[in-house]
Amino acid sequence: MRARQAATIAALCVVVLVSTVCSASAQISLVGEWTPRYHEDHPDRIPGPEPGDYTGLPLTAGARLAADTWNASRLTLPEHQCKVHISPYIYRGPNQLRIWEERDPFTKKLIAIKNYIDTYEQERTIWMDGRPHPPEWAPHTWMGFATGQWDGDILVVTTTHIKQEWVRRNGVPNSDASTMVEHFIRHGDTLTHVVQWIDPVVLTEPLVRSEDFVFNDRTRGDWLWPCEYVDEVADRPRDQVPHYLPGKSPFLGEYAYRHGIPVDAANGGAETMYPEYIDKLHTLPAPPKPTR
Amino acid sequence: MGIVTARRIVVGITLMFALAVCVRVESQGRDTFPGPAWGRSGDISVFHVQGNVDLLVGAGGNIVVQTGDEGVLVVDTGLAMYADKVLAAIRKLSDKPIRYVVNTHFHADHTGGNEVIGNAGSTTQGNPTPIVAHENVLTRMSAPAGERTLAPTAAWPTDSYVTPSKDFFFNNEPIMLFHDAAAHTDGDSIVLFRRSDVLVAGDLFVTTNYPVIDLANGGGVQGVINGLNRLLDLAVPQHEQEGGTYVVAGHGRVADEADVLEYRDMVTIIRDRVQDMIDRRLTVDQITAARPTLDYDLRYGSTTGPWTTAMFIEAVYKDLSTRGRRPSTR
Repeated sequence: MRARQAATIAALCVVVLVSTVCSASAQISLVGEWTPRYHEDHPDRIPGPEPGDYTGLPLTAGARLAADTWNASRLTLPEHQCKVHISPYIYRGPNQLRIWEERDPFTKKLIAIKNYIDTYEQERTIWMDGRPHPPEWAPHTWMGFATGQWDGDILVVTTTHIKQEWVRRNGVPNSDASTMVEHFIRHGDTLTHVVQWIDPVVLTEPLVRSEDFVFNDRTRGDWLWPCEYVDEVADRPRDQVPHYLPGKSPFLGEYAYRHGIPVDAANGGAETMYPEYIDKLHTLPAPPKPTR
Repeated sequence: MGIVTARRIVVGITLMFALAVCVRVESQGRDTFPGPAWGRSGDISVFHVQGNVDLLVGAGGNIVVQTGDEGVLVVDTGLAMYADKVLAAIRKLSDKPIRYVVNTHFHADHTGGNEVIGNAGSTTQGNPTPIVAHENVLTRMSAPAGERTLAPTAAWPTDSYVTPSKDFFFNNEPIMLFHDAAAHTDGDSIVLFRRSDVLVAGDLFVTTNYPVIDLANGGGVQGVINGLNRLLDLAVPQHEQEGGTYVVAGHGRVADEADVLEYRDMVTIIRDRVQDMIDRRLTVDQITAARPTLDYDLRYGSTTGPWTTAMFIEAVYKDLSTRGRRPSTR
């Protein structure tokens, strides 16, 4: 009897072991070169958003003020010119994405999944070896510090230590308190990348975005993005930072009026992200003509 | 304001900080001191910045330690109550003699360990460890004969400078100090480790809160902006505005030029908004109520503790109202 129990346990162990090995060896691969598709949120991603377009963003009041007083001329300051799109944003822009794996040369265990994004020459490491995130006093980077794990065939990545840049390219900032959870989901030759962006300074609730890539058999040649700042405005005092005083931006109200969107909706906020807002939208007044 | 009155304010602030720390220790984490709990926990953590330079966090203000064949140089020494722990952490980095202490400014969360750490070292000739700082640090910490001093004599700077900058060579690299007048205080120094490529900002730059503008001790908002611009001038990013020169904040995390840039932009924008309201003859209460810092409050603001958002706005208001917006000196 005891021998039979032992045999049963041994058999179960073998089944578990084999299934584990099979599961690991059958892990989907993301390796290769991927080209983005821009059908999703195209106006936001390629031409770029208009000033005052905060639709669909769960903004805090502070973030809205930052955007309403933002002046694009700030990007002419030397130190702003070579800034990089941070990891929660960079996959949305024009880019070529290369993914490869780094494995231990002896054990072949997966150490990291690497991303190279040609825009701004960003190499991103997603650590897969279970290492902890750095302490709070460590520097932040454009790409942040990322760790990943497989959830079935979905690569789930958690990123911290992200620098300040923006949520939307019209002055809506993010903060360096941002964290991000990503899901890389491969369906054949299509890769869907889903971002859950958490930022307690700027967002009242997580912002979810997605974009698709297609597998590229023929690699593009240009993978470089050298950047060196130049003097774009001569004789500007060192302590001058372009911005608009609150209520003084010439663009206030322009987006809402041009597109006939109620000001309340153009200003964004968590409520505007959900389908239920459509009913309210019909009750809101038409946007007034800007005064300027 | 008379010297005696100013000194009383300094003593008051120091006592307030000390009391705040004591309260924090007793209440285990109540938010009574600027910055995150890990910066003032008394648990000293070591983080290698780059080159010969390490950061010690947990003793109040950030502490930077440069080590090499010639010995040890310490920039700022934290709160007095944690000096022994700081010394133990330094000893884990190097058993060489402590040859220099440098102070970025005089506040007790940056100079409290001067005596203990200074006494643990010496010059090569066996003299007391030089404590290097701007002359105004010595002025703030000392007092005329017979008057009560802010710190014991052994904690005072012994190697002060009055020129715009000072430099010396130690552990195979140039050490450069730059003074920006009327910034966080009137005695601030930025320290550059030129080979290691690390800047130590003191409280000119913090990642935890709005800049503390210590008006009673010669601080001013334009000086803070000038100091931040100096940091930008000295820092050189390695690639795409990242890395290269690292900047150690007085409180908070290690940064680089891009981080200083956003902080500089913030202080400059808030200065402009407050100046505009002053020009429109708004009172300080009206300005505070108008929330000129709204876009930064969730990141840097506070409604409690020793440096609230209202105190920051008031300091900017008072500085601009009394001195006017001065032209940039850089």
